[in-house]
Amino acid sequence: MYPNDLKYDREHEWVRVDGDLAIIGISHFAQDQLGEVVYVDLSSASGTIAAGDSFGEVESVKSVSELFCPVSGEIAEVNAALEDAPETVNEDPYGDGWMIKVKLSDPAEVDGLMDAAAYEAFLSEEA
Amino acid sequence: MSETIRRTPLHDEHVALGGRMVDFAGWRMPVQYAGIIEEHTAVRTGAGVFDVSHMGEFRVFGTGAKAALQRLITNDLDRIDEMGKALYTVMCDEDAGIIDDLIVYHTGDLEYLIVVNAANRETDWDWISSRMPDDVELADESDRTALIALQGPDALRIAGELAGEGWTAPERFAIGEAVFSTVPVLVARTGYTGEDGIELFCHASNASALWRALLSFEEVAPCGLGARDTLRLEMGYPLYGSDMDRGVDPISARLGWVVPKEKTGYIGEAAIARIRQAGPERTLVGLTVSEGVPRHGHTVLHGGDEVGKVASGTFSPTLGHGIATAYVPAALAEPGTGLEIAIRRKVVRAVVTRPPFVKETSLTTGRS
Repeated sequence: MYPNDLKYDREHEWVRVDGDLAIIGISHFAQDQLGEVVYVDLSSASGTIAAGDSFGEVESVKSVSELFCPVSGEIAEVNAALEDAPETVNEDPYGDGWMIKVKLSDPAEVDGLMDAAAYEAFLSEEA
Repeated sequence: MSETIRRTPLHDEHVALGGRMVDFAGWRMPVQYAGIIEEHTAVRTGAGVFDVSHMGEFRVFGTGAKAALQRLITNDLDRIDEMGKALYTVMCDEDAGIIDDLIVYHTGDLEYLIVVNAANRETDWDWISSRMPDDVELADESDRTALIALQGPDALRIAGELAGEGWTAPERFAIGEAVFSTVPVLVARTGYTGEDGIELFCHASNASALWRALLSFEEVAPCGLGARDTLRLEMGYPLYGSDMDRGVDPISARLGWVVPKEKTGYIGEAAIARIRQAGPERTLVGLTVSEGVPRHGHTVLHGGDEVGKVASGTFSPTLGHGIATAYVPAALAEPGTGLEIAIRRKVVRAVVTRPPFVKETSLTTGRS
């Protein structure tokens, strides 16, 4: 449910570091809480972004969630495939359901995020 | 506020099935089990069951029952003079404000069963009971009554299997008695999904047995309030509290069809006649958007100016895009009119669309 090679934030995004790129998506918990995703809006995701800034919205039949970037940098790529196949976020949240890639301006920020164990502990506190 | 949250007789069944429970109108109800879209699709293509036991049931009995009810509702009980028929109506105050929308079933000689919205049960009870003459008995049967809806193109076939040989389904908008599996039920050929189907009234103590009998059919999906909402909105069926309330009249709410012009002697009559004569200033319209999901409270614009708010809005699983209703100035109500909806930061195009949004269901094609 929560891969060990990822980092997580309190808004339920995950980060996978690949060189100087951070790949970002939402966690299994987030997609499960939302239910079937029907719309992913990444139209505002471009240019520089600071940790904590919104990069878009993800929407299910019943609710909508803002997406917050856990790291700072330059948005290098957005997952355009989600426009036509938003359900990928439910089906493969850590794979094809990724949302943006950010060229890290401060790689040390990633160290401040939770690892899988800490995130699971955080989830059980929230429940 | 420390108001107690109520539970239906099926609460434990929902939890056991993994239903995601939420508080709705003072009740702990399942919003979904497997997922809203999956449940929605099950009802459009097969069959689904819904626990709607939170709805209120009042029984009205006595020699004066018909006359007393006629004074309270806008629709005409003459339309259901034949025993076993059902009637959709609204109940208004003197200013034509809608107190509730309800279904009246003609369940017996001198007897009517009325089904009201959960959120309005107390208001309705006060309004109705204070207006009943001595020759009418009114009973709140809500607590002892469970209500389960079985909806979808396969619903009638499944009902037939449970009722056994010799049972004939009631006509559309009619009610009858039956025994389903081992449970005595009232079967109403009504629903809130746009599909063919039935609603089953039974004693609360039998609710679990009936629920399990329905779910013993592999093709029957348990459905929550989430799918109930997407299904009803695809049909343009109004929801009390979103599409209408005490602040709107039935003509503006596009419910003129439940206010027959020839009927007289009911509460709200004069105010409704005035609105009908002058034409409503604002009316409830359907809206279709190509991107985003409109939701209750979003601003509706025309050429950049605010002209209304979204009343109901959702993603239509059948159509694959957003749909909504909104009160807009009468001049903007014509189908095809181009408006906009501010979906948070984004303004999207919206086109006035005459409901139902989904035109073909088992009710319109008879494929059941």
